[in-house]
Amino acid sequence: MPPSQAMLNTQSPGPPDEKVKRHTISILVQNKFGAFNRIAGMFAAKGYNIDSLSVGPTEDEGVSRMTIVARGDDQIIEQITKQLNKLIDIVKVIDLTFESFVDRELVLVKVHATNDSRPEIMQIAEIFRAKVVDISPRTLTLEATGSQQKVDAIIKMLKPFSIKEMARTGRVALKREFQGEV
Amino acid sequence: MTRQAHEGESPASSGGRLMTGAEIFVRSLIAENVEVLFGYPGGATIGVYDALHDISDIKHVLTRHEQGATHAAEGYAKATGKPGVVLVTSGPGATNTVTGIADAMMDSIPLVVFTGQVPLRLIGNDAFQEADIVGITRPITKHNYLVRDVRELAQTIKEAFYIATSGRPGPVLVDLPKDVMAQKTHFEYPGSVTLQNYNPILEGNVRQIKKAADMINAASRPVLYVGGGTILSNAAAELTALARKLGCPVTTTLHGLGSFPENDPLAMGMLGMHGTWYSNMAVHFCDVLIAVGARFDDRVTGNVDAFAAEAKKIHIDIDPSAISKNVKVDVPIVGDVKSVLTALLELVNPLETKDWLKTIEAWKDEHPLRYRNGEEIRAQYVIQKLGEITEGNAIVVTDVGQHQMWAAQFFNFSHPRTHITSGGLGTMGFSLPAAMGAVFGRRDLPVISISGDGGFQMNSQEMATIVQHRLPIKIFVINNGFLGMVRQWQELFWRRRYSHVELANPDFVRLAEAYGCTAYRATRTEEVEVVLRKAMAHTDGPVFVEFVVAKEDNVYPMIPAGQTVNEMIDTPDPAPDGKQPAGDRIETVEKGKARKVSVHAPVPSNA
Repeated sequence: MPPSQAMLNTQSPGPPDEKVKRHTISILVQNKFGAFNRIAGMFAAKGYNIDSLSVGPTEDEGVSRMTIVARGDDQIIEQITKQLNKLIDIVKVIDLTFESFVDRELVLVKVHATNDSRPEIMQIAEIFRAKVVDISPRTLTLEATGSQQKVDAIIKMLKPFSIKEMARTGRVALKREFQGEV
Repeated sequence: MTRQAHEGESPASSGGRLMTGAEIFVRSLIAENVEVLFGYPGGATIGVYDALHDISDIKHVLTRHEQGATHAAEGYAKATGKPGVVLVTSGPGATNTVTGIADAMMDSIPLVVFTGQVPLRLIGNDAFQEADIVGITRPITKHNYLVRDVRELAQTIKEAFYIATSGRPGPVLVDLPKDVMAQKTHFEYPGSVTLQNYNPILEGNVRQIKKAADMINAASRPVLYVGGGTILSNAAAELTALARKLGCPVTTTLHGLGSFPENDPLAMGMLGMHGTWYSNMAVHFCDVLIAVGARFDDRVTGNVDAFAAEAKKIHIDIDPSAISKNVKVDVPIVGDVKSVLTALLELVNPLETKDWLKTIEAWKDEHPLRYRNGEEIRAQYVIQKLGEITEGNAIVVTDVGQHQMWAAQFFNFSHPRTHITSGGLGTMGFSLPAAMGAVFGRRDLPVISISGDGGFQMNSQEMATIVQHRLPIKIFVINNGFLGMVRQWQELFWRRRYSHVELANPDFVRLAEAYGCTAYRATRTEEVEVVLRKAMAHTDGPVFVEFVVAKEDNVYPMIPAGQTVNEMIDTPDPAPDGKQPAGDRIETVEKGKARKVSVHAPVPSNA
């Protein structure tokens, strides 16, 4: 299996295992040479499954935030957190699954469109509050944002029209601050 | 330093003067008190080597292969507790260090490996002798760096030494582009270093320690399972005190050997695949297992689900990720072994373990370590004799395979840092260069390298380095003409189909002599003790001995991979195949008991 496939195993999990859960792990990492490679390489070397991985700058220009959605039973997730914490360039690791958090994902979908199907696609876009960002005689490109479930749902709705290309960002997430207990 | 001091200069600062990266490198190593550097020069490090030319504070050892340099640094680190330092050039120089680095990673050995690199502007160009060594070694180092600016150099070296030696030690690689080492800047060696997310926990959690103490105080069949972390933490004294206070039997892993004296009645020797029968039984039937600086390796546990299945488990380790990685434990304590054991010692009471020790004593009587002895030399006998002659006062550096297990079983290690071997990675060719490194750090004890005929030939080029420096190493090759451990597995589990395990060897004695080394050969049991004594008495440089041993012999006891004590195979009784030569007999050795010494070859008084 090529490493990229081992790392980003997006296949649906095999036989349902109740112990295996999806965890959203937020990582703050110093912007150092090879730091992302270190993290991605650790997942590959230890054989952990990643559903999605996104990375981008933060308010601190020396630090990036990586959001990883990983699957595993409690022991594997505990090991993932520990192994991440062992990496020197990592500033902080938070398993958001144990917290209340907001998460979003963005998707761009280029879908096949004819004069007949275009209105229907646009209707779906409206329901999901997606935007049309590009149009051609044969295609429509939509931009949708939301939780992973919402993104999954719009993709499911668009599938019958034939999706030509698609790009998902993977989940980004932040811990909720105000939780109403004050 | 022989160089003239400049105004305002101090050992850790260049004052107002600008220094090249190469000079800064040398000055940083001096600031880190590096005594010895194992290396091999090349195009990318020629500037650094120029800066080393006039330096007398650091001894540079030119090995004959970069793998030899890395293992030498490991041997030095294991013998002294100080970090081993390596300097090699880019490309092949760097890639040749990979095996040693991986070995150090597996066995938690502090190494700092400096590799030359092509100039920054050529990186990624497939330049001559270019290799992405930072990329290559990322998964096998604790951390690694590419220095992109000379102003980062001193800080990077400081961090590298700090990371390599603190917490759970390990290898750190620093890649040094040629042009960076020629750039100039002010030199100021940092006094201390802080890293945002790297603060190894030393003190164990007080509540966890209390919980562990309560668990231990309620035990009736406790076992201490002691790993290499105890030696890394210099905690052999605390461990011994704890075992004796509790009256708790002790078994050690391969790397734990030496942390507890094996002539102590509580000693059970090594556990695991080739551990003693009684240590494996004791671990299987104990009610509280106290794992100290050990990591529940598969060679120790066999089938993890059945490993000490009934026991409550306490696990002391400095590495949080070692806890509950393979075996779920009841009371984890993250911390430095020495600090945790000191705290624990205060809280535990002497236990009533008389019955438990009696049970173990009975196992010792029924299933001692045994081997067949006769006219043909047995490796076990060589090692047992060596242990007796040196009385354990020697640093024994083994290679990988059957002789390694026999050394672990029969030498009776009793002092920390006297047993050096490649455990985790199992690197053949480790012993000779590692022994060489050990002798650069330790002259208080004789250093003995033991290899098989296979492993010896994997790094035998270091004979040249050893002879060049007239290093007082005893180099023992146990020659059975086979890759013995693979042959043993083929015999036991692959229907005796000996596929590519027989070696056609050179004349080892003449080979050693060609290097300029005194060399002996023993071919019969009665010669063993004489030649051992001769070798141990040899003080003028290295001495080489080839022991031609029985071609086919197996390491027992053995728990086949992934299995349990139920499948443990003990040494077969005398001649089950009826092919035993007349005069052969079974020698027995027990841990923690006065040993039954065989006097097969009387020692001539003038030997």
